[in-house]
Amino acid sequence: MSILGLQQYWWILISILAAAFVFLTFVQGGQTLVSQLAKNEKERSLLINSIGRRWDLTFTSLVVFGGAFFASFPLFYSTSFGGAYWVWMIILFSFIIQAVSYEYRNKAGNFLGQKTYDTFLVINGVIATVLIGAAVGTFFTGSNFIINKVNIINLSEGVSKWTTGTHGLEAVWATFNGYPSFLVNLSLALAVLFLSRVLGGMYFLFSVDNTDIIERTTKLLKKCSIMFLVFFLLFLGLILTKEGFAVNPDTKEIFMEKYKYLHNLLNMPMVLIILLIGVVLVLYGIFKGAFKSSSNAFWFTGTGTVLAVMALFMVAGFNNTSYYPSVADLQSSLTIENSSSSKFTLIVMSYVSLAMPFVIGYIFIAWRSLTRKKITIEEIENDKMSY
Amino acid sequence: MNEHLLSALVDWSRAQFALTALYHWIFVPLTLGFGFIIAFMHTIYAKTGDEKWKETTKFWMKLFAVNFAIGVATGIILEFQFGTNWSNYSWFVGDIFGAPLAIEGIFAFFMESTFFAVMIFGWGRVNKKFHLVSTWLTAIGTNLSAIWILIANAWMQDPAGTVFNPATGRNEMASFADVVFSETAVNKFLHTISQAYLLASFFVITVGAWYLIKNRHILFAKRSVLIATVFGLLASILVAITGDGSAYNVAKKQPMKLAAMEGLYDGTSNCSLVIVGVANDNKNASGIKMPGFLSYLATRDFDGFVPGVNDLLNGNAEQGIKSTEERMESGKLAIAAFKDYNDALKSGDTAKASESKKILLDNYNNFGYGYLKDKSEVVPPVGITFYSFHLMVGLGFYFILFLAWILYLQMKDKYIKNKLALKLSFIGIILAYVATELGWIVAEVGRQPWTIQDILPTSASVSDIGTGNVQTTFFMFLAIFTALLIAELGIMFKIIKKGPNLKEEEV
Ligand code: HDD
Ligand code: HEM
Ligand code: HEM
Repeated sequence: MSILGLQQYWWILISILAAAFVFLTFVQGGQTLVSQLAKNEKERSLLINSIGRRWDLTFTSLVVFGGAFFASFPLFYSTSFGGAYWVWMIILFSFIIQAVSYEYRNKAGNFLGQKTYDTFLVINGVIATVLIGAAVGTFFTGSNFIINKVNIINLSEGVSKWTTGTHGLEAVWATFNGYPSFLVNLSLALAVLFLSRVLGGMYFLFSVDNTDIIERTTKLLKKCSIMFLVFFLLFLGLILTKEGFAVNPDTKEIFMEKYKYLHNLLNMPMVLIILLIGVVLVLYGIFKGAFKSSSNAFWFTGTGTVLAVMALFMVAGFNNTSYYPSVADLQSSLTIENSSSSKFTLIVMSYVSLAMPFVIGYIFIAWRSLTRKKITIEEIENDKMSY
Repeated sequence: MNEHLLSALVDWSRAQFALTALYHWIFVPLTLGFGFIIAFMHTIYAKTGDEKWKETTKFWMKLFAVNFAIGVATGIILEFQFGTNWSNYSWFVGDIFGAPLAIEGIFAFFMESTFFAVMIFGWGRVNKKFHLVSTWLTAIGTNLSAIWILIANAWMQDPAGTVFNPATGRNEMASFADVVFSETAVNKFLHTISQAYLLASFFVITVGAWYLIKNRHILFAKRSVLIATVFGLLASILVAITGDGSAYNVAKKQPMKLAAMEGLYDGTSNCSLVIVGVANDNKNASGIKMPGFLSYLATRDFDGFVPGVNDLLNGNAEQGIKSTEERMESGKLAIAAFKDYNDALKSGDTAKASESKKILLDNYNNFGYGYLKDKSEVVPPVGITFYSFHLMVGLGFYFILFLAWILYLQMKDKYIKNKLALKLSFIGIILAYVATELGWIVAEVGRQPWTIQDILPTSASVSDIGTGNVQTTFFMFLAIFTALLIAELGIMFKIIKKGPNLKEEEV
């Protein structure tokens, strides 16, 4: 395969990992719903155990996303993580406190008390989704960095240099040439938050056997779905009408192109179709969940989410587009071509990627084996291993 | 950034890496070794169907879960920290270094976390065979993740399978097999994994000894301690053998580290090994020595020459060792040629470009020396390295003797009555932790100032961010990890105090 082919293959894999991650944030969404849905300790414990058995998948997907990005596009890894330092650090912190909370919350001698751990779960639910949404928003609006590879020999300056002292947090108020970039970032941030809540609610419909909770969940799903749709449509409308960061295929120069992302969709009909199917599935799932309390809603909206997020990543990275643009210095912007690993490493990693279907296969089997039956309050109370 | 600011930034970034790595390392070795001990117990239960073994397995599994959770929590930050705090490094060697991290995620992390969930929640929910397989796969998964991260770490100390590409300005992978199977990587894995089995054995021994001292769960405790003693004794012998292998590799690839480990300033042939001693300033360490043994350890020949700090600094023509100043000259040539090459490419001067490229590649093995201002920078902190190494090795030999002794006592049925043996068993886990953390200090402090041996120093690896940011995150990590460690210990103590659910055996 040509190096470009490998770069595209790896961008598709990154898109799939990102899509899987957003889907799996149903755990985070679920964490933010618990205190609204549970009326007593038993119900709270039921809900936490329901999502608790799957929390590790979201966490591990994030880790693997980081590792895969490092191996395939190291310049992104070094620029974004080192530059948007605070955004990533806060996201990571929220995952650190999540990872212990399930296991420690109801154990004797846990030092901080159950309330604290339950609060940790809410913090992780809100922060992780909002900040990751905002960070991905900058794929369409740009960040503030300058890259100069010769600086590796220069002790006083880094290869990548972030030009704002807020190190990434500026995504929330950024503008570019008068364009309110922050609107894009914030609408995606909130769309991801509410999507995760919608998915979390649907996961409860899928996995919990308790009529009171199902009823409350269905009600809450209506509200969250509306919020999600408002922010998602706003985000979609904004990026399809905005200027985008295009690459001249001959000179590799970056320039601003009107309606770039709309053009990308129109030029890549496959991506457009994936996006449309994704959106339809999300909507169908919402209909099934919010109006019929169907336990399958989760799978429809979940699949739809995976497809839609994949399509968005492809819009950001393919068709001569810069996926991680710099507004501080346009020519520093990252494209899949100028930020990737060497051909050799991409080939090695491509062989490794052949194991992915196998990995997904055993995850699926293990998941099935644990969720074959819906869980109930009695079951949780009788299980010494429960969270 | 001026020099002063840079050195503060590097120090805080190092402090943060050291803090997070050493915290992570509190939980990791226990996970690595414990997984197999539990899998072994689970197998006995599956074979015999004996409820006693079920409760025994469940009891240790609960402790495993508490430790695993915090191991995972402290791990995520390390995965991203190369980017957040060592961004230059990540760019310069990302082409090689990213691969093992990604492979670790794809192959190992999903495996361990998926089957961990089945192992913990599987009781009564999944079929028994699948449950047992899951316990084994959890243990194997944790060990697989160790392989890949240790390959990554070994590569920094011994950058094999790599070429520098002047056109992209970074190191690129030339042979995956060389990266994976470098001697340093293989040895590092074996040493680390065997010491993890040793540490986990001590965990079981310590808990068991405590029950025996308190006169509780006698049968359970005896059963567990015996399994752990056998497992630990075998592991401790492996630890010594592989540790010797590591030292041999260090001698070949990182002679300065070896000199620091031994406090050796002036090298000789037939060089003696310090058994117990003190490090001196600019003079060979003094104490009880075994003549010729350091030469044997480093070169597999009692008459081999082992260079000291001064030989490496000032050069030793007789032994064909270049002085640090010569290497700095060569490194500066490489760095200047890199700049010339890039300028020439820009101006389209191909003749100049290929000339610079040749100079660059000829001098590349000294590239990192070109950053140095003073030759003394290549000397790691000798005292810390020396004492850490000697304490680790001392404990290593003590563990072999101790485990052999308590195995003997158990065979003769004298263990429970021997107060001293019980007391020493009780503090076993603390000593094992001291040894394991010291091991990383030897390996990492001893390779200062390099992040990639001879190629890149820490000062050129660091992310270009304000020191204040790193200070803030340092204290955030310190606070949160300490709080979580206290919580972990609190929960463990409670579980241990309550004991396994074995009424008929209570005394
Ligand atoms: C020799 C073994 C070893 C070493 C040297 C390290 N780790 Fe580790 N790590 C493990 C062995 C391990 C493990 C045994 O697999 C853990 C510990 C507890 C656990 O749950 O998995 C783990 C967990 C763990 C996790 C969470 C995994 C998950 O999602 O399940 C991450 C992201 C890392 N580690 C990353 C790192 C990095 C980047 C390291 C280097 C600086 C590092 N670890 C050193
Ligand atoms: C796998 C890749 C690793 C990388 C890239 C890495 C890199 C670094 C860096 C850049 C530093 C700070 C500068 C320095 O002092 O050298 C450091 C310090 C340190 N690391 Fe590593 N490390 C790795 C693995 C580990 C692991 C797995 C451990 C142990 C758990 C560890 C233990 C330490 C310790 C104890 C220090 C403190 C030494 C000091 O600051 O002087 N490292 N490491
Ligand atoms: C018995 C004699 C021992 C010898 C000769 C020995 C030797 C060594 C050497 C030479 C290194 C440095 C490797 C490097 O820098 O690449 C090392 C590292 C290390 N040692 Fe030991 N060691 C011994 C015992 C122990 C014990 C008892 C433990 C813990 C219980 C331990 C844990 C470690 C760890 C965790 C490392 C860091 C990982 C590595 O670099 O391999 N060692 N050891």
